[in-house]
Amino acid sequence: MDLTFPYEKKRSEFGKQCMFNDRGPELIDSCPSSLRVSVDFIRRNPVNTGVQNSKIQAEHEINTYRAEYSNALMNHVEGGWPKDVNIADEEQTKRYRRKVEKDESYAHIMQQLCKNMENCILQNNAINIYQQYYTDVEPTPLTEPCTARTVNVFQDQSSLKRPVTNMSWSPDGGSRVIVCHCNLVYQANIQSKHHHSYVWELENPNTPQMILNPPTQSVCIEYNQKDQNSLVSGQYNGQVAVWDVRRGNEPVDFSVMECSHRDPVNSILWINSKSGTEFFSGSTDGTLKWWDTRKMKDPLETLILDASKSEEQSISNALGCSILEYEHTIPTRFMVGTENGYVISCNRKGKAPNEKMMARYHTHYGPVLALQRNAAFVKNFLTVGDWTARIWSEDCKESAIMWTSYHKARLSDGAWSPTRYSVFYTARSDGILDVWDLLQDQHAATIGVKISDEPLTKLKTNEGGRLICVGNQIGTTYIIEFSDNLSYSNKNDKALLTAIFERETRREKILEARNREIRLKQRTARSSTQLAEEQVDTDDTSFEDPNVVAAEQEFFAIIERETKVEEEEEEEEEGQENLELLQGFDTEDEVKP
Amino acid sequence: MSNEIEETMKRIQSHKGVVGTIVVNSEGIPIKSTLDNTTTVQYSGLISSLADKARSVVRDLDPSNDLTFLRIRSKKHEIMVAPDKEFILIVIQNPTE
Repeated sequence: MDLTFPYEKKRSEFGKQCMFNDRGPELIDSCPSSLRVSVDFIRRNPVNTGVQNSKIQAEHEINTYRAEYSNALMNHVEGGWPKDVNIADEEQTKRYRRKVEKDESYAHIMQQLCKNMENCILQNNAINIYQQYYTDVEPTPLTEPCTARTVNVFQDQSSLKRPVTNMSWSPDGGSRVIVCHCNLVYQANIQSKHHHSYVWELENPNTPQMILNPPTQSVCIEYNQKDQNSLVSGQYNGQVAVWDVRRGNEPVDFSVMECSHRDPVNSILWINSKSGTEFFSGSTDGTLKWWDTRKMKDPLETLILDASKSEEQSISNALGCSILEYEHTIPTRFMVGTENGYVISCNRKGKAPNEKMMARYHTHYGPVLALQRNAAFVKNFLTVGDWTARIWSEDCKESAIMWTSYHKARLSDGAWSPTRYSVFYTARSDGILDVWDLLQDQHAATIGVKISDEPLTKLKTNEGGRLICVGNQIGTTYIIEFSDNLSYSNKNDKALLTAIFERETRREKILEARNREIRLKQRTARSSTQLAEEQVDTDDTSFEDPNVVAAEQEFFAIIERETKVEEEEEEEEEGQENLELLQGFDTEDEVKP
Repeated sequence: MSNEIEETMKRIQSHKGVVGTIVVNSEGIPIKSTLDNTTTVQYSGLISSLADKARSVVRDLDPSNDLTFLRIRSKKHEIMVAPDKEFILIVIQNPTE
């Protein structure tokens, strides 16, 4: 489309002043739209246009003036000689040196420096100031004061407070404790809702992690050290129960009443076996029974604790078992503590009963309440009963090798520390827990911690060695933590402890040998006099002890005397009565008018 | 004056255990020495730079402080350095043990 618009102006009017005036718009030309052209065009839909609405920015770099560094090395052989002095020339260097020496300040400065220097030289000559003293002496370990602190307290959750009878730490590093309560008063009336035992987590003393609810009370309970979910418990009515914590709070299986014990089960322990499911239990009725958790209908084996040397073992002669001991490193042997103070060391593999019960130790005047071998010295074991704790060696059968003095309160339980081999704990019935360390003091307890006002009944050590749980008569369980010097052994401890035990064992053996000699001498002396007296002595064989005979005679003499006096008194009274009766007739006549 | 200095230095040299004495100026030039040249040059170069560094350490930690004496004890002997603004006195001694 061509459009031109010529604009004319006369030459004579060039440069003339412009006269402006209003003029309306004039249409010069218009080109209407024609559809013919539209064929050459394509409609564009949609139309993409970019729109930006922001500040206009520009990038620009500047840098300040920087110092240029370059690394250069210089090999400096000899001092900063000034340029005019040739180093090689000795004459010049000498001259330069002399010049420096002549300098005024040289003398002054040198005087000062020499004075200081001389001081130090003489010091060095006098004494070696850097001498190390005591280099070959080992630093002695600082003696830490022994401390114990109560970490946590767990209360018996039932309304009727029952004493704690046994506790067991869970095998997973001891994060949980299971506590069983039982009222051991003979034939006490206990309702069924008070049969609970509790699994506590150490951090949470408010609620037990789990409440175990057996149909009868549990007297003792143990975790299986290899499997932390299975437990066995001995019940008050003589049965044993198997639990699995995953299956709930009722026992999984029970032993049959007919084959179980007839008295409360005092102690129950897992033993080493291929299947890991065997355990044995001991009770006051004098029998030990071995069980397998998979087959609870029958015990695997029964042993009657009849210590007499007769052929037949009978339950009427049996001694009640109060505590059992089993060390996993000696799988076929175990020990039984009885209620009359004997400890019997037994071998499971023996065929006849007297082979099974190998050795007997007369330990205490009452039931043996605790029996444990030392973890490092398995030949030595600790027994606790009546008012003392005694340490025995398997070799010395007549007496203990070490013992504590008689306490004012009865001791109820004791245990060795599993980590520090010279430490053992005893629980007393005045609420005090004593810690004994054989390496520190053998005559008195290292520390005694007053835990509660009620008597303490049981204690159990954690396998880590720092914690110990203690239970008391009203059902409260305390977790106590001890300081390092009571929990960890030093390097020499084992050697020192071996020396202590050996020394005591040797002393006891010597005494034993001496006693045996004396007895032998007495026996030979007696047998020679017996031969002489045999004709005289007929059938009075029951008591030969002269003291007893004399006491008997005295006793009977006194009795005869008393009876004679009584008879005389009676006769006198009768006589008096007769007289009164006779007199009474007279008086009656007088009274009656 | 210089005689006294000579005497003092001779006295120092004659003390028990003293192996050698060197006086170095601030440029690092050994002015006086009782040891042979190579050893002297070695000592003066190394010890001057060490003394400078030590002084700068002391002054950096506390600008009001200054280095008074420097002792380097090694297995074989002890090097004692008495520094000054212009000169350094170095004495090597075998301490009695």
